[in-house]
Amino acid sequence: MKIPKTGARRLAIGDRCVAVTMGAAALAGCVQIDTPDKPIEINLNINIRQEVVYRLDGDAKKLIEQNSEIF
Amino acid sequence: MGNKKMTKTMWKPTGLALAAIAATAAVALAVPSAMAQRDPAYAAARAAGQIGEQVDGYLGFATTPTPAIRALVQDLNIKRKAAYTASAQSTGSTVEQFAFTSGCNLIAQTKPGEKYQTPGGAWKTRDGSPPERDARCP
Repeated sequence: MKIPKTGARRLAIGDRCVAVTMGAAALAGCVQIDTPDKPIEINLNINIRQEVVYRLDGDAKKLIEQNSEIF
Repeated sequence: MGNKKMTKTMWKPTGLALAAIAATAAVALAVPSAMAQRDPAYAAARAAGQIGEQVDGYLGFATTPTPAIRALVQDLNIKRKAAYTASAQSTGSTVEQFAFTSGCNLIAQTKPGEKYQTPGGAWKTRDGSPPERDARCP
C-alpha cells in the first residue's frame, strides 16, 4: 500500500520540477532583449523639399551669423 | 478699501517683474561679447575632427567622445534646437526643415580638417574642395 503512494508522490514532485523548469525557461525567454546593432536613423527625405530649403536659406544664414556661439 | 488694497498688492509684483526684466536685459546686453566666443574645448574637438556637422543641422561625434565633450555637444545641440524652433516659427516652416537648411550652410562653412557628414551618413574630413552635400542644398 505504501509503495504506490511513494511512487505517486515522486511523480508529483517530478511534475512540479518540470513545471518549475518550464517557468524558469519562460522567464529566461522573457528577459532576453535584443539591442539594435544599427543607430536609429531619421529619414530627412520626408517633408523637406528643395524649394523650402531655398526659401529658408537666407534666414538660416542670418541665424548662424547672429548666434555664432552655438554654431 | 478692499479694492484699493488689491490694486496695491497687484502692482508690487509687476514692479518687481519689470525690475527683473530690466536686470535681465542689462545682463543680456553686457554678456554677448563674452558669449560669442566659442568654448576652447569645443573649438579643439572640432579642429581635431572628434565632432562634426551632421546633415540634419546638429553636431555629431565622428569618434567616441569623452564625457566632457559629449556634454558640451549635447548642450550646444539643445541650444541649436531652441534657435531652430524659434526660426521655424517665424518663417512658417518645421524645425526639421529649418535645421536641415542650417545644416547645408554649416557643412559649407566647415574648415579644412573638420568633419562633416555626407548625404550617405558617413563622416568625411573637409579638404580644399567643396563638401559633399545633399542635392537639395542651395
